[in-house]
Amino acid sequence: MKITLHAWRQKDANSPGGMQTREVDGISKDMSFLEMLDKVNEDIINEGGEPIAFDHDCREGICGTCSMMINGQAHGPDGGTTTCQLHMRSFQDGDAIHIEPWRSRAFPVVRDLVVDRSSFDRIVQAGGFVSANTGGCQDANSQLVPKVSSDLAMDAAACIGCGACVASCPNGSAMLFVAAKIGHLANLPQGQPERYSRARSMVKQMDAEGFGACSNHYECEASCPKDIPVTFISDMNRDVLKASTCHSDK
Amino acid sequence: MAFNLDSKIPEGPLADKWTKHRFDMKLVNPANKRKFNVIVVGSGLAGASAAASLSELGYNVDCFCFQDSPRRAHSIAAQGGINAAKNYPNDGDSVRRLFYDTIKGGDYRSREANVYRLAEVSNSIIDQCVAQGVPFARDYGGLLDNRSFGGAQVSRTFYARGQTGQQLLIGAYQALSKEIGKGSVTMHTRTEMLDVVTVDGKAKGIITRDLVSGEIKRHAGDAVLLCTGGYGNVFYLSTNAMGSNVTAAFRAHKKGAGFANPCYTQIHPTCIPVSSEHQSKLTLMSESLRNDGRVWVPKKKGDDRPPSDIPEGERDYYLERRYPSFGNLVPRDVASRAAKERCDEGFGVGESGLAVYLDFADAISRLGEDTIRARYGNLFQMYEKIAAENPYKTPMRIFPAVHYTMGGLWVDYNLQTTVPGLFALGECNFSDHGANRLGASALMQGLADGYFVAPYTVSNYLGEHGEMDAAKKVTTAHPAFDEAEAAVIARTERLLAVNGKQSIDSFHKRLGLIMWDNCGMGRTKETLTKALEEIPKLREEFWSDVRIPGGDKEFNAEVEKANRVADFLEFAETMCLDALTREESCGGHFREEHQSGEGEAQRDDENYAHAAVWEYTGEGNRPELSMEQLEFENVMLTTRSYK
Repeated sequence: MKITLHAWRQKDANSPGGMQTREVDGISKDMSFLEMLDKVNEDIINEGGEPIAFDHDCREGICGTCSMMINGQAHGPDGGTTTCQLHMRSFQDGDAIHIEPWRSRAFPVVRDLVVDRSSFDRIVQAGGFVSANTGGCQDANSQLVPKVSSDLAMDAAACIGCGACVASCPNGSAMLFVAAKIGHLANLPQGQPERYSRARSMVKQMDAEGFGACSNHYECEASCPKDIPVTFISDMNRDVLKASTCHSDK
Repeated sequence: MAFNLDSKIPEGPLADKWTKHRFDMKLVNPANKRKFNVIVVGSGLAGASAAASLSELGYNVDCFCFQDSPRRAHSIAAQGGINAAKNYPNDGDSVRRLFYDTIKGGDYRSREANVYRLAEVSNSIIDQCVAQGVPFARDYGGLLDNRSFGGAQVSRTFYARGQTGQQLLIGAYQALSKEIGKGSVTMHTRTEMLDVVTVDGKAKGIITRDLVSGEIKRHAGDAVLLCTGGYGNVFYLSTNAMGSNVTAAFRAHKKGAGFANPCYTQIHPTCIPVSSEHQSKLTLMSESLRNDGRVWVPKKKGDDRPPSDIPEGERDYYLERRYPSFGNLVPRDVASRAAKERCDEGFGVGESGLAVYLDFADAISRLGEDTIRARYGNLFQMYEKIAAENPYKTPMRIFPAVHYTMGGLWVDYNLQTTVPGLFALGECNFSDHGANRLGASALMQGLADGYFVAPYTVSNYLGEHGEMDAAKKVTTAHPAFDEAEAAVIARTERLLAVNGKQSIDSFHKRLGLIMWDNCGMGRTKETLTKALEEIPKLREEFWSDVRIPGGDKEFNAEVEKANRVADFLEFAETMCLDALTREESCGGHFREEHQSGEGEAQRDDENYAHAAVWEYTGEGNRPELSMEQLEFENVMLTTRSYK
């Protein structure tokens, strides 16, 4: 296959960036999207240039590191797929492919396609946990958890923290990410004691990081590589409302 | 100078050792804990759990990871599950049985006391994880569900769909985040450790590189914990993440930490086969699939009919045939070798002939497609994305791939390396899996070390050797930091100065091929000798012709890779030397000269029931070998049989 690759190049957070175009030959349909970029970078290095920086690690769709807009879609055209799981067989010979970093004020560009997602970590640090210190826990089976609750918690916990939801949202909202964490813990008995304070602190931090609000576009759900449903956002909103009206815990 | 390898195994009966030791160890009083700084390198299961637990106790912790978030460490990719001796299914499990299965699975090359402790704390791990909100699979009554893994005849594996590693890591990451939020852990993301600093032989800090700015920094600490994973990427193609590397462990090795059994590599039997020369990594299909999948190849050599056209009578379910009592659930090393043997004999399937079938047709007709989807849905989806075939309709094609490394930094019972104050946890150490790790035991070990062992043993070290007087503490102004920092800078400058023609990846790929061909699933004196001739040549070529674009004072993935590949090029030699020196076959180390008539691994307990510990003696010099004799007082050394 031959493709025309338009890639965003930006030296660092403070330098201006722009698209750079390159004709790429010798791509096989069985290559993953990132293997195509490996090849492009190998070519660039052999020509004496500087390779395109992009984030990636596990390359099996679970670590959430890879992150780029491909032809305007977070993680590219396939549903329920991370960039690293996308294969070139999803494209046609002669296609033009545009790749850009995640777009959000709360995710500043580090270099080329690499962005800084530490805002997500700070939201979790604000309350996205159960305060159970190591040791002294009761037997794991001493508390029954209905299978439906546990499955629902797992649906939310499948979030890999990649940030596609933010990048796809016209408001740059992180509501799906935050709702997934809140929904994971709110559906388990272990998450109950801190349920409302958690919702309140995480949402507060989310706002402080500069993420936008949700106006029900649902682009987040469409781009989520783990198919996390937006219903978790409604659940979160209910918890936040309850937290602000009925619960005075810290 | 040979190492003094005192394993510090406590006296007394096996089942009482850990309890007794916990009583004998020194404590640090709560008010004094805040006077100590602990450095934790790595934020996977071992690192995140250790950093969180030590911080909860009151220590000041600095935690480092090269990823952009601690949640992304490669523990996240573990799929199948985590073992524990809960015996919830009432099928005969016990701490003793988990201990025995692990020792036997490791082909009698691990330390009894460590393995027993691992089995002993396994139950607390499950309790801890549930309390954190890890959404383990449950049955309709609301109790926890279990499944089976290789090398065991009981169901003791807890799981969270096919994402157990992710869920356990998120649990540990949440605990870590809780401590970061309190300000008790300082997290350093996108930061790579490039050296350990020792003062009077004790670990007192590390040198790091900020991967965004390129800045080299010094960090002082009263103890340093390396939780930096395994070195499987020495093979280039493996199931490890792209960034997984040996650098932290190898730099510690250069500073005096003994490296034990580097030749023990686990080749996982069920991975998606290599499809092209551009392949950058291999993808694992969880061992849990062997609960319901049956492995087979055609009975006729070179049979290229589609699998559905091959009638039942013309299929060879070779694992069930060779190992009737364990069948498809034999341990990984046995399953991998059996697949290689069939493919070498010409029975392999797929375009390359380097694959076997993993077939779910029986299970689907017995249980229905929905049940199979509920159990393995995400794995089937992952397979379909990569192989572009529907595994509900067509059997998966699988082949063994490098997955885990049992070898690692030598540690005593306290998880301390040969350098006082330097600890190694999780895959980074060598201690619990012997020559072969059982499935679902890596997660168990990482969390055991981090939640339940290191908090005690590190406190013991600090209680005994820690300097409480702030005025007497080693600071980053110590000359040892000057020296270590200068060495790190000089090395990077030397790498950049080469200014050659070939890319770093091209060297890494060539090294991987040398290792796979000569030090892979089967090894011989001849292949290892050949590798030991080729590796130094490749290393020399690397140092005279590698091209690193850009500079080191900026975000530059090529500088990161160059440092890592340079270390792999040295470390590979130690691996091959270890494999050559170990004149026996055991677990994942299969020396073709040493096999029974039926092709099974043949150990030599008289001469090799030891851990081989290598000491660094300078680049290109032969490392020196010390041995820790393994004493077996509670299990009988027998030939492993899964027949």
